Amino acid sequence: MTTDQALTEYLLRLADTDMVLAQRFCEWCGNAPALEEEVAMMNVGLDLLGQARNWYEYAAELRNDGHDADFLAFRRNEREYRNLLIAEQPRGDYAVTTAKQFFFDVWHHLVLTRLTESSDERIAGIAAKGLKEATYHRRRSTEWMLRLGQGTEESHRRLTDAVQNLWRFTCELTDTDEIEDQLAEAGIGAGNVGDAWRAEVARVFAEAGLELPEPARHFYMDGKNGKHTEHLGFLLAEMQYLPRAYPDATW
Amino acid sequence: MAETPVPAFRPRIKEAPMYAQQVDTGSKGLKSLDEMSPEERHFQEKVDAEVRIEPKNWMPDGYRKTLIRQISQHAHSEIVGMLPEGNWLTRAPSLKRKLQLMAKIQDEAGHGLYLYSAMETLGADRDEEIEKLHRGEVKFSSIFTYPTLTWADMGAIGWLVDGAAIVNQVPLQRCSYGPYSRAMIRVCKEESFHQRQGYEILLTMMREGTDQQKEMVQDAINRFWWPSLMMFGPSDENSPNSAQSMAWKIKRHGNDELRQRFLDQTVPQLEFLGCTAPDPDLKWNEETGHYDFGEIQWQEFFDVLKGHSPCGVERIQQRKKAIDEGQWVRDAAVAYADKQKANAA
Repeated sequence: MTTDQALTEYLLRLADTDMVLAQRFCEWCGNAPALEEEVAMMNVGLDLLGQARNWYEYAAELRNDGHDADFLAFRRNEREYRNLLIAEQPRGDYAVTTAKQFFFDVWHHLVLTRLTESSDERIAGIAAKGLKEATYHRRRSTEWMLRLGQGTEESHRRLTDAVQNLWRFTCELTDTDEIEDQLAEAGIGAGNVGDAWRAEVARVFAEAGLELPEPARHFYMDGKNGKHTEHLGFLLAEMQYLPRAYPDATW
Repeated sequence: MAETPVPAFRPRIKEAPMYAQQVDTGSKGLKSLDEMSPEERHFQEKVDAEVRIEPKNWMPDGYRKTLIRQISQHAHSEIVGMLPEGNWLTRAPSLKRKLQLMAKIQDEAGHGLYLYSAMETLGADRDEEIEKLHRGEVKFSSIFTYPTLTWADMGAIGWLVDGAAIVNQVPLQRCSYGPYSRAMIRVCKEESFHQRQGYEILLTMMREGTDQQKEMVQDAINRFWWPSLMMFGPSDENSPNSAQSMAWKIKRHGNDELRQRFLDQTVPQLEFLGCTAPDPDLKWNEETGHYDFGEIQWQEFFDVLKGHSPCGVERIQQRKKAIDEGQWVRDAAVAYADKQKANAA
């Protein structure tokens, strides 16, 4: 694979993951456990959607096939989407969303930190802007991990259940594939952040009073390469409804 | 889209209510200064002199209660108003539109927050007032009981509903109660932005869209036109509640006056869009310098306020469900904060 091809794939992974997470935050609209959380979740969702747009725009330029960022977001199907599996998992209760975001936010923060040093200036620029947001996201989800972990018996139980259910998808946060390795060697991509991710998650788990599971093992599903869980199809069907129902429309 | 000249959007009104319809002031008639107690007289003189009343100042009980009712209704409307838009948030058709709608809804949640804060300065409790909403004891704006059936409704709501809200809220920036007036200054600024965005959604569909999209726009206007005019409430010319609110400078204009103002600024925008209103009697009146319009079917408005509406019940159910299901989360946050405090002590 040429570097540009690998880079396009890599950008789509970043973009699609942000996009799918932002869509899950949209589902929370009007359903948050407190008004302050309505504001905060919409805020995080907005940040992620903004980052998705930046990555899509760059990917569209590299593809150079006449399709724009909106096409990439709204006209690719589930086998073409490259998001991490954890992003597409249903929003569940607030414990599921908290655990999901926490796992992602720790990873995202580490990845963006490294990408600010990317030899690709465009990537470094987008990452620098995104890092400020991701720093806040990580702080926020860490705080909620502690609140739910140490809060009440019920919150602890719900968070433990959420962690158990989501943990298997964290292998994608700690492992890298050939595309990621190739770009890391070229000084463009973030490479593997697994060690730092495990250390940070272990630290927060200890403080939240949560039991740390054994490292997640790879299984046959692989979001980065378009092999998803059943949830993504429904998410995209809803999200892409208008552009697909009215292909000639301008919105 | 490119710079398109949009007819006068800046609210030209120097002053302006609506997310709070028919607020009961408990008043049967106005007292003259002579009939007032010394405290009351001092208060009224301050109000008359346009001095803002602040939380620690003495105020008549009726004034406090009227404001609590009005501000809580206003806050509830901001929060319930997120739901018809939330209905399309997961289906927004482009990255730009999704970003805009998320930002708008976030602003509305923010408006709700600072309105509840303004209300709490009067001694009311946010959670208690929200429970009253969930029990159906207090109202939210009638407009949010209507369903959003197509994407064009996001444009129509931004343009017409936020537009009507601005006409109502601009005078509230000069409301005699300081915290409410200051909250309104910020709210109005953001609402103007939302109105412009809503209009731009419709304009894009009319200018660049397909025939189907243009039909969608006209259909949305047909459905939201009359409910938007109803947002101002029935004529209040002979209402003792309105007279009292006017004397307290909570309210500064009659409902009919505001409705006319809204209509006069909206019709040219409607024409610019290339759309029509579902009102055969709508026409410019050379003599009065205003638009004449047809009769409003108030029965629908009263039905809606009583809960006989397409989704009035569902809106409240959704709000109640969110708060009920979030109880364990809020409990956990409180328990954690208590533990932190205990550890620090």
